[in-house]
Amino acid sequence: MAEIDRRIIYHFDWTLFSLALALSGIGILSVVSATWGGKHHGLDPLVMRQLLWVGVGTALMTAAALTDYRTLGTYAYAFYVLAVAMLVVVAVAGHSTGGSRRWINLGVFNLEPSEVAKIAVVLVLVRYLRDEPPKGGWNLLHMIIPALLLAVPAALVLKQPDLGTALILILITGTLIFVGGLNWRMLVVLMLGAVLVAPVGWHYLKPYQRGRLVSFLNPQSDPLGSGYHIIQSEIAIGSGGAWGKGFLKGTQARLNFLPEQTTDFIFAVFAEEFGFFGSIVLLGLYTALIARGAWIARHARDRFGTLLAIGFTGIVFWQVAINIGMATGMLPVVGITLPLVSYGGSSLIAMMAAMGVLISINTRRFLF
Amino acid sequence: MAKFTRREKNRPVPKLAPRIAGLMALVVAVLITASLRLYYLQVIKHHELAELADRNRIRIQRLPALRGLVFDRHHRPLVDTKPSFDAVIVPEDTPDVNSTITRLEKLIGPNDMAKKVEDADDDGRPDFEPVMVEERLNWPQVVALETHQLEFPGVSLQVTPRRHYLYDSLAAHLLGYVGEVTVKDLNRLPDYRMGDDIGKFGLERSWESTLRGDSGGQEIEVDSIGRRLRMLREIPERPGNSVVMTIDLDLQQVAENAIGARAGALVAIDPNTGYILAMASHPAYNPNIFAGGIQSSAWRELITDPSHPLENRSIQGIYPPGSTFKVVDSIAALMDRTMTTSTSYNCPGGIWFGNREYRCWRKQGHGNISFHRAIVESCDVFFYDVGQHLGVDRIAAWAHALGLGKKTGIDLDNEKAGTIPSSEWKERRFHERWYPAETLSVAIGQGYVAVTPIQLAELAAEVANGGTLYKPQFVSQIDALDGSVVKTFPPVVENQTRIDPQVLAQLRSAMADVVNASDGTGKAAKIDGIIVAGKTGTAQVVKEAQGARTKETALSDKNRDHGWFMAFAPVDHPKIAIACVIEHSGHGGSTAAPVVKAVMEKYFELNPPQGGAPVIVPSNDAQPTDPLAD
Repeated sequence: MAEIDRRIIYHFDWTLFSLALALSGIGILSVVSATWGGKHHGLDPLVMRQLLWVGVGTALMTAAALTDYRTLGTYAYAFYVLAVAMLVVVAVAGHSTGGSRRWINLGVFNLEPSEVAKIAVVLVLVRYLRDEPPKGGWNLLHMIIPALLLAVPAALVLKQPDLGTALILILITGTLIFVGGLNWRMLVVLMLGAVLVAPVGWHYLKPYQRGRLVSFLNPQSDPLGSGYHIIQSEIAIGSGGAWGKGFLKGTQARLNFLPEQTTDFIFAVFAEEFGFFGSIVLLGLYTALIARGAWIARHARDRFGTLLAIGFTGIVFWQVAINIGMATGMLPVVGITLPLVSYGGSSLIAMMAAMGVLISINTRRFLF
Repeated sequence: MAKFTRREKNRPVPKLAPRIAGLMALVVAVLITASLRLYYLQVIKHHELAELADRNRIRIQRLPALRGLVFDRHHRPLVDTKPSFDAVIVPEDTPDVNSTITRLEKLIGPNDMAKKVEDADDDGRPDFEPVMVEERLNWPQVVALETHQLEFPGVSLQVTPRRHYLYDSLAAHLLGYVGEVTVKDLNRLPDYRMGDDIGKFGLERSWESTLRGDSGGQEIEVDSIGRRLRMLREIPERPGNSVVMTIDLDLQQVAENAIGARAGALVAIDPNTGYILAMASHPAYNPNIFAGGIQSSAWRELITDPSHPLENRSIQGIYPPGSTFKVVDSIAALMDRTMTTSTSYNCPGGIWFGNREYRCWRKQGHGNISFHRAIVESCDVFFYDVGQHLGVDRIAAWAHALGLGKKTGIDLDNEKAGTIPSSEWKERRFHERWYPAETLSVAIGQGYVAVTPIQLAELAAEVANGGTLYKPQFVSQIDALDGSVVKTFPPVVENQTRIDPQVLAQLRSAMADVVNASDGTGKAAKIDGIIVAGKTGTAQVVKEAQGARTKETALSDKNRDHGWFMAFAPVDHPKIAIACVIEHSGHGGSTAAPVVKAVMEKYFELNPPQGGAPVIVPSNDAQPTDPLAD
């Protein structure tokens, strides 16, 4: 792409671009809050790294926006194989923290392949499902290949263990199959199947994962154990009140009452300092972003674009829903980041790249 | 590039639109749910959760007020407060309590630390409250803990102001002691908290509200592991006020030294004010062992000690007054005119009353004896006659008026009233009529009569000041920490008994001869340059027939009589009145009188009498004092 079509600039989706930047800006503020008053007295090195990731992410988002998204179809399988390979590497030689093995140490950067896997699974499924389904939609036989494409990375992610990402992979696959054209009867069958499989799934959960589910159902049962996180997060959010305690004035985060406060529980940090007002603004930004993604899907030039937009928007939606649901005590604790806001290079850069692809889809509907 | 044209209808997308719309409906539903949940937490439940957030981070720490000091009459400190170091552990801040305690026991000496932590836990003390594991660390222990501080997270040194009695057991019963508040106290006293000191006995107890002050508080912000980060708010404590006592440190020391190892008590009063100059009781205890919690074994030892070291004999010890009671007989008889100063009776060494003989202490008798000599030589037979003429009820009326048989009202707990019998009293108590023979025993301060040393000191003071019964006070003033006077306590007159000056003069003269005449029973209290007036007494411990008086040496220690001496001086312008009892010592003239003498001497050394040379009352005759005399 030696020269850029003037129309790409003309039709560039500044709305989505701005929303992505606004959310990552809130992310930086929240990481500042979450690390304020720690051992570094002032700006934590974490903040600097997050700034760097936002910079890299913005560059990648711009590059993706300027690239014809259809080329992604060409490399989808290769990218998928690469992502699965990385997950295998993690399983074999991953860098572990806190009991789970999730990272590949690249020296300057700890890569989290599960974040790459989410993009890869969307890409490969969209690539596979881009052809029109037969009349009446796909049936069970059509779903064998997509199920396998999901199962390999999902199993590897569960092994880490990373229940949250596995859940997102399943949800996003379901979303794509649903939008792509699943037979209505099949939809009902799959839903019933999920309900029946749930007790079997329980059997395979790790004890701490079961504990989280139990404590979610009754947080007071063990206030200093698993329920502790839920209670402290609710206290943080609730103590923020309508208008919040003010930037850097949250006590729950500053005094380390919140767990994983730069990543999984960053919403609580933000909600404590900016209150109900700030939370609604943040939810509003996500709503706008998701609505924009859905609009792009609706108006995309081809099925590949539509499903790709649904896939990436879906990642944002499911992660926001589960992360906030967890922080507010409506869902059990699973490790899922708040897209574009939580600290973490892999998730941030992957997410911004995905946003770039959305812009590309939107821009190119005028080009062919 | 292909020319851009709108070919909407040919696009595949519209077929997917309904499902995208369906997804968007789900998105909207989820986001509305999230908003409602946020509204619930941040608006509806805000106050509750904000309080929980504060409770997470704020700990209230009390700043106990420094307890007021106690001074003697010349502002010399008797009780102060000095820092003491305790090792405390906050279980919540200690990652592994058991191993920490094991290592701590190795460092500062093995003891029962683990049990203390367990007990605190069983008592329901919250984990963030410090538990004291070792009290009153000595200096090497403090240094050891300070240097190894980093190896003991959650363990710290707590500096506690601890009550310190500068002269150990000196005036122990008067000063009292402090101890940790009990659960019962806590229910009654809302301002107190677990671990606070409270006055348990003596001045510490009766002046608790003055000495205590008001505790302050600090709001301290802590992080999730309980590290104290900063102070948010502080209400400073108000230190307690100091108490200035009326007692004189030097006099108190002399009195206690003079009593020595014997059991007994001494009360010295300023007869013109009722201020107590010295109050001694032996055996005593060391109040320092109570400060910061007494070991239960030490406590058991104190309360089971047969010599009752915790009892303040000055106000709790009740003894028959013996011959000192003849002073009451004299005032009663002279004022009621059942005798005059020239009345004389014959003492043949004993009289028969009913079917038994009532003996005088002097077997050969005193012969014809009048009032003056009867006091000086303490003739029993003379006062048997005086008593018979008065009758028990008149003796009782005068005794009551002079303050005997009832509490003096001193600001100390557990004061005893003693007993002054009367016919009405006996009727009430035993439902029996009074037998005239019993009046004979009463007349010489035996039988049912029982008094406390402070009552006899008050009696001496009344003879000295002409019949004014002051409330005995041991606090003259309350000072603030900066030394400014908060309150003073002027003398309080409890009762004024009108005693004829003639009668007083005769009685004082006789009491002066008790000490100064060569045949006086209290010669042992005589001092150079000052005329001391006094009266000896011997209180019988074993009820026995008056006739069967035995040589004291023949009795075992616990059956020996108590020796009394009451005195005041100088006889013309009295400055000090004293009563002293020495238990199981025999005759007051030989045991209690020297103690009084020592105190008198010290008093006049400290307060030399103004004016010219003292008047020396010439002694009557020169008989040697009988060792049995009382």
